[in-house]
Amino acid sequence: MMATRRSYPFKRPPELDSGKRGHLPVIVVGAGPVGLTMAIELLERGIATVVLDDDNTVSIGSRAICYAKRALEIWDRLGCGEVMLNKGVTWNVGKVFFGDDPEPVYTFNMLDEEGYKYPGFINLQQYYNEEFLIARLQELGGEIRWKNTVVEVTPAAKGVTIAVDTPEGRYEMACDYLIAADGSRSPIRKMLGLDFEGQVFEDHFLIADIKMKQDFPSERRFWFDPPFNRGQSALLHKQPDDVWRLDLQLGWDIDRDAEMKPERVAERVRAALPGVDFEFEWLSIYTFQCRRLDKFRHGRVIFVGDSAHLVSPFGARGANSGVQDADNLGWKLQLVLAGKAPEALLDSYDAERVYAAKENLLNSTRSTDFITPKSAVSRAFRNAVLELAREAPFARPFVNSGRLSVPAILRESALNTPDSDAFAGKMVPGAPAADGRIRVNGRDEWLLTFLARDNGGVNHKGTGFTALYFAGDADADKAMAETAKAMAQDAIPVTVYAIGNPNAAPQGLAVIEDAAGHLARRYDGRPGTVYLLRPDHHVTARWRAADIAAIRRARDLAAGHRAPAQIKETAA
Amino acid sequence: MTSETLALTPRISDPDSFYEALIEAHRGLSEEASQRLNARLILILANQIGDRKVLDEALALAIRTGRT
Repeated sequence: MMATRRSYPFKRPPELDSGKRGHLPVIVVGAGPVGLTMAIELLERGIATVVLDDDNTVSIGSRAICYAKRALEIWDRLGCGEVMLNKGVTWNVGKVFFGDDPEPVYTFNMLDEEGYKYPGFINLQQYYNEEFLIARLQELGGEIRWKNTVVEVTPAAKGVTIAVDTPEGRYEMACDYLIAADGSRSPIRKMLGLDFEGQVFEDHFLIADIKMKQDFPSERRFWFDPPFNRGQSALLHKQPDDVWRLDLQLGWDIDRDAEMKPERVAERVRAALPGVDFEFEWLSIYTFQCRRLDKFRHGRVIFVGDSAHLVSPFGARGANSGVQDADNLGWKLQLVLAGKAPEALLDSYDAERVYAAKENLLNSTRSTDFITPKSAVSRAFRNAVLELAREAPFARPFVNSGRLSVPAILRESALNTPDSDAFAGKMVPGAPAADGRIRVNGRDEWLLTFLARDNGGVNHKGTGFTALYFAGDADADKAMAETAKAMAQDAIPVTVYAIGNPNAAPQGLAVIEDAAGHLARRYDGRPGTVYLLRPDHHVTARWRAADIAAIRRARDLAAGHRAPAQIKETAA
Repeated sequence: MTSETLALTPRISDPDSFYEALIEAHRGLSEEASQRLNARLILILANQIGDRKVLDEALALAIRTGRT
């Protein structure tokens, strides 16, 4: 009953005939959304890599369907955000229902203030997501070796050797770094004998992805204890191509085979959506776990995505956080491989993404406790919140049907230069840079897209840091033009953009016009203000006035060029 | 809600009458419905207090006094 997805051909790897052990700077294992993003990230940065996958298809079934703004912005930087946005269903409204009441107890609207290229969320089947990523990877000349199963991993101090099984024989490859993006059951994690600590939740959930032509609005509907699924929860979400996801909590003691029977599922769907014509697209029963590796970096083997951390699906924090892992790791590997940063910089990947994983696990565990209360008193409080929410606005923030993925703000990272000046707003050191409408050379642009294309493409394949300088003070402008010229020649270059009036800009500064006032507002910018962004577009330092020494110091700190003790501090 | 410490001195003018109203509210309720009523009341009062420090003190007092 499942639609068959595109499959990809096995090609005989050259190592099978040459008998020579190939060597690459980086090998990525796993062609899911995270592994593919990682490989594109590396290719965009000019690092040779190959993706090995034990299968030959994209995801069977829709699986992960909610992709968050930050993941979309990362894919935008990698050249495949727009295709996802165009195919995806954008939604902003969520309705929460409780019990028999056909009216929602409350409705939330996630619509941000205007002036962002990407919405809070899109819904998109995982197979489309993977197809778009594969297309982008191929555009960049990348290679995925399908039906290539890693069967042995031998880590050493300066690299990793792997053995790979294929339908036509076994071969060996070596790499400086091995990226394990091989999913929740990660064979590489097992081969290294690593503990994957956490808890299993004793609950089953049924996913019925159904095709139906129905005029429901594209909103998220969540039911607590609805009449069609007594004592349990339910979720309805729209996907492209008239596919809808119905996700029903079933409880722990169920007959899995009986519940998977199409007649049984059809009965459940009809109860939830009376009078609707539908056909099945994909059925699945899942359980979930919350687990993570103690450390994501194990010498030259680095774990990204589900192989490193597993959360409940409530909040869409799985794939979205895995994509941020890849975003965080790419530029660091690039600097280390190029000899421009100490290898210890990679420990900051561990520190920053373990921090993010803890935040995701905390949020997803809290959502789980609200959605599936584990005791009578926990259920009493949950229901009390829902009973109050209709009438009393104060109760609504307690309603937790999944705290939807927001990017990690890496506040405590040792790569950040702590603020010495006062700022308002959200762009603290560690925050991902906010997008905004800008004008460049008379053309409307989005800030993040422009930076990725201009700074990544033209200059240094994304190695560079970016400084956003709010212009307007004539003396400071002149000094900044000199600073910009000098820093463009640095080993780790910093590209300076002046935000200001294109007609009054000093020579030598590239100018961004803050036509809609988004940047001044979002960055609390005024003449003299400087923001330093890392290559992954996280803010790493900011000042009300900065000279070249301060900017270089902050860049060097972000690149791991300080006493190793500084890096160790983060890891602790 | 600007109070900074939990009030431990009596503040309710007619304690017997309030106590009676509290018990009366539960009359005829099942165990489960009673628990939910209490939960709603706790949430309402907690929001009225608002101050997290005071709430934490109240929580600690409730936990401590139940230990004997």
